[in-house]
Amino acid sequence: MTTVPDIYRILPEVILTLTGVLMMLTDATIPPHWARRNLGWIGAIGTTLALWSSLWQLSLPEGTAFFGTVETSAFTVFFHVLICGIVLVTLLLSLDTLPGRSHHQGEFYTLIVFGAVGMCLLTGAVELLVAFIALEISSIATYVLAGYRKETGKGPESALKYFLLGSFATAFLLYGIALIFGATGTTHIYEIARLAPLAVNHTLVIASLALMLVGILFKVSAAPFHVWTPDVYEGSSSPVAALLSTAPKAAAFALLLRVIYEAYPSLHSFWSPLLWIVAVVSMTVGNLAALRQRNVKRMLAYSSIAHAGYLLAAFAGASSMGIAAASFYTAAYAAMNVGIFAIVTLVSGYDDRAILLDDFRGLIHRAPLLGSLLIFFLISLTGIPFTGGFAGKFYSFSAAMGAGAIWLTIIGLLNSGIAAGYYLRLALVSAQKPDADSEQPRPQMGVAVSAAIALCFLATLVLGILPNVTLHAAQQGAQTLQAPIAAPPSNVTP
Amino acid sequence: MHVILFALFAVFCLAGAINLLVQTHPINSALSLIVVMTSLAVMYLLLGAEFLAAAQVIVYAGAVMVLFTFVIMLLNAGREERTRGSSVARTIGLPAVVVILAVLATIILHVQGLGNTSLGQGITTTEELSTVLFHELLLPFEVTSVLILIAILGAVALARVEGSSPDDAERTGQ
Repeated sequence: MTTVPDIYRILPEVILTLTGVLMMLTDATIPPHWARRNLGWIGAIGTTLALWSSLWQLSLPEGTAFFGTVETSAFTVFFHVLICGIVLVTLLLSLDTLPGRSHHQGEFYTLIVFGAVGMCLLTGAVELLVAFIALEISSIATYVLAGYRKETGKGPESALKYFLLGSFATAFLLYGIALIFGATGTTHIYEIARLAPLAVNHTLVIASLALMLVGILFKVSAAPFHVWTPDVYEGSSSPVAALLSTAPKAAAFALLLRVIYEAYPSLHSFWSPLLWIVAVVSMTVGNLAALRQRNVKRMLAYSSIAHAGYLLAAFAGASSMGIAAASFYTAAYAAMNVGIFAIVTLVSGYDDRAILLDDFRGLIHRAPLLGSLLIFFLISLTGIPFTGGFAGKFYSFSAAMGAGAIWLTIIGLLNSGIAAGYYLRLALVSAQKPDADSEQPRPQMGVAVSAAIALCFLATLVLGILPNVTLHAAQQGAQTLQAPIAAPPSNVTP
Repeated sequence: MHVILFALFAVFCLAGAINLLVQTHPINSALSLIVVMTSLAVMYLLLGAEFLAAAQVIVYAGAVMVLFTFVIMLLNAGREERTRGSSVARTIGLPAVVVILAVLATIILHVQGLGNTSLGQGITTTEELSTVLFHELLLPFEVTSVLILIAILGAVALARVEGSSPDDAERTGQ
């Protein structure tokens, strides 16, 4: 029995926080006319360090710290690595695409790094109060990042919408936490699992779960809580949209897994049909709306709603398979979606000069490498074999099938068919001959953005061809989530 | 005595809240909010949470509201224009309010199953509160500082006047 110093258990968060503070202080001390671009490199280095430290946490015995409020396990490491990876790629992507020095670059990078602190902490939180504060950190960072393009008009509008709706959703989550505290006298996830079945007032327990689900499903943009998504993605710049559509969602899915599988396993019969409905509605609404979009970013926004639906299908499965499939899907979706947003950034620019479907016409002739990569990511999003998207959908739907949710699987497969319509339309358009009179500039690719796209490409490919490594990690995570370690509220490290 | 105090301040609280919505001048709304906050403090006191009541008065009714009024005065916000409101809010909102009220009323009046809760035993003194705050909930307490930091950072980034880069500001300053 070894005791691990508490600080080791939150090492990635500590590294990210220190990086953020360092960036902020450097930003304040360097002369105003100097370029802020190098701050992004500091952020990238810090994020890489956090990623490694998170992998190092695997060598620690599983357990909690800070009086049982945060946990390190294979599950948290999986999501930490995923989130740090997304943040790293987003930073690399922003490094080359953010416009000149007038744009508060320093604050931009710092906000991304601080947001990552919240997202990482959210995946490790086993105390709902920590989860709430972590969620707020990540949300506030994303609200600000969404409104960063002040000159467009759409930016502030979308940020304000996002902020108001997001605060409203957070209030639901908080209300749910308050109710479960009223019913059981605790906000600790393991304690809730133990006490919730014994609660005198069972209605209160159900109400608390329902309210929390509203809050969390908003953050993952599942229908019917999805209305903000297209506007916010359209209003924010493409690197930010890449981050928004993946990292906070991954963290929110981690929280969702923890809440329903760890805190409320006793209410399985309640949340299982509920998530079934949400999954079906998200897929259908997302895909049907995406079919009608001419704006590529709005199309991707609706596609992200649909993907949240595919992911939720995994929740219908038995716990071990379901958790593993959901974790895997988060990773696969992150790889391909960040990749496609990276290409959209390069083609359309920071200010979305050319974001309509027609602007992508003949991309493969203008920029052969970029065009082929776009088609590759689209194929992955469609879910064609040998890509991460296929493996993700395969595991998700097999988890649903394994639990006997045949109809869910059928609806999911039908939806994949609908989705192929708009993904392949974009792929076809980019493969067509360009118009003779079109004057589209050739996208410029710097070192950082090339590295970002290469990372996304490799991740998508590896997840498609060799899914076993990641799936194994996800399964280990699922096991730690399933077998909650006894965590007494007093500081007795098991 | 408890019931009388509760009834009195519950009415104050509701009246303040309604007045807050009805008033068109921001200052009047802010002053009504003080009434709401202070009445809530009395509610906490009735529940036996002295510290919470004191904190409510000092932090919310005091500090936060002073900040509110300052901001309103700084912005020199004038009287709001009265709009006719959206028709959706009237056609759906009002029936929804009635339905929710009716449902809540039936549940509370008929079921009587909501039980009793009191804050009394757990946390009353400042000492016990600080044990929870700085011991069991040490991590969330500390992490809140990151939350505040990021909010300030975001406010600075969003509020800075666009077009005047730090570069330009420096030059004009010189």
